[in-house]
Amino acid sequence: MRLQFILGEVFHGLRRNGTMALSVVLVTFVSLMFVGAAALTQMQINQLKDDWYGKVEISIFLCPENSRNEQCVEGAVTLEQEDAIRGVLEQGSLQGMVDEVYYESREQAYEKFVANDSDGIWSSLTPDQMQPSFRVKLADPEQYQVVADATEGLPGVDVVRDQREIFSELFRFLNAATVVAAALAAVMLMAAMLLITTTIRLSALSRRRETQIMRMVGSSRSLIQMPFMLEGAVAATAGAALAVGGLYFGVRYLIEDWLKGSVTWVRYIGAADVWTVAPWLLVIAVGLAAIASLVTLGRYTRA
Amino acid sequence: MIRLDNVTKVYKRGARPALDGVSVEVERGDFVFLVGSSGSGKSTFLKLIVREERPTGGEVYVAGRQLSKLSAWRVPHLRREIGAVFQDFRLLPNKTVYQNVAFALQVIGKSRHHIQSTVPEMLELVGLSGKERRMPHELSGGEQQRVAIARAFVNHPPILLCDEPTGNLDPGTSVGIMRLLDRINRTGTTVLMATHDDEIVDQMRKRVIELRGGQLVRDQDRGVYGLERV
Repeated sequence: MRLQFILGEVFHGLRRNGTMALSVVLVTFVSLMFVGAAALTQMQINQLKDDWYGKVEISIFLCPENSRNEQCVEGAVTLEQEDAIRGVLEQGSLQGMVDEVYYESREQAYEKFVANDSDGIWSSLTPDQMQPSFRVKLADPEQYQVVADATEGLPGVDVVRDQREIFSELFRFLNAATVVAAALAAVMLMAAMLLITTTIRLSALSRRRETQIMRMVGSSRSLIQMPFMLEGAVAATAGAALAVGGLYFGVRYLIEDWLKGSVTWVRYIGAADVWTVAPWLLVIAVGLAAIASLVTLGRYTRA
Repeated sequence: MIRLDNVTKVYKRGARPALDGVSVEVERGDFVFLVGSSGSGKSTFLKLIVREERPTGGEVYVAGRQLSKLSAWRVPHLRREIGAVFQDFRLLPNKTVYQNVAFALQVIGKSRHHIQSTVPEMLELVGLSGKERRMPHELSGGEQQRVAIARAFVNHPPILLCDEPTGNLDPGTSVGIMRLLDRINRTGTTVLMATHDDEIVDQMRKRVIELRGGQLVRDQDRGVYGLERV
């Protein structure tokens, strides 16, 4: 009886305040889309980091001839110096951090370079002008700084480069995008909450006669307030459901069907990841409605 | 059934009290008129009984409960033992006569079966059999007040509070309403009726409590409306 009564009231309330309810649905939809997009971006970033950081190497460039670099005033790196550097990498304190070391000679560097230079613009270069280097693969990519500190400044070392620097700009961009999405989400969520508050207030005012009689004949406070709370919650949940649907189709068609086919060297998040985010969006929606109800109802349906 | 013990109510600090040291007791099954001019404290008196307001000083006891010790979530249980009827009927305009009465039972969680057997009974008691499916605006004022009384009494509360129930009705119709209230009183229900209607008070010859400026100035068995007319 009570349940039927509550559901009936919720239904009537939503129908009576149709446009308000719809606006709540749409605003929560858009705001939770932003929240979800921010979360998915972060998931993508973490996935890229996992994938790429494992692959990247540290390049220790050795002094070439005629370098103007301060490090290399004594001329090109000597064989003894190379051995000393290799010694530091493979033995001593760095042991265990370094997974693999391999040496790229001038000739190898030249070949690689020429292979990439299909237009022949740099054909006047000779192997002598190339820089030999050690390529170091780390057991733990986060230990970059330790290895760099240990090798930088050794005789014969020109510069130490971490390939992660190439990605850091991309990650910085993605993080900034996350912040923007989160900020927009915060503003929209605020708007959603105010809208839910207004909706509940309107609903409570338009049903003042009913609630007055309910109080008079002694129905419990929870029964009086429940329909209004549920009204907000139902509208917000509908918005969350739409947001989950939007994210699902977005990931499905934009990433899985489009990006995956054209930019293949990245492992992307998939539609399945949307289901990880979905429960949180629902929690946010319901929490939003609950806060709005608490703020409003105390004033409009006092016992 | 209802006892006020030296009750004072001040709405705004420093203002004249709406009720000032009122002590009165209404026994089970009594029929009591509460009279007095506007602003004499009648409405405050009734509001204190249903605990819509709380006294500034003194104690109110209703149906064995000390209201100052009643927690907020028990208030609905108190109100289930008090039926209330108002001058302006307070019916739901978009519900039928039957639905208006049933609403009072629905919202306190009565079963469908209970509602289906009780509501027609009650409509018969107030003389509205056959009008179950009418809407309030299709009824006369007297009939609307009968619906309101049916709604107030459908849960058989031991107390019925009436705030100017005949205030919007012509004298002939009022007599009918008073007969109905008298019948309800004869079932053992305590009836407390605030009114301006001197003719009715004089005719009924029931106990009269008179308030003036928030003070109890008269408590008389088988009284009439104005002292000067005794």
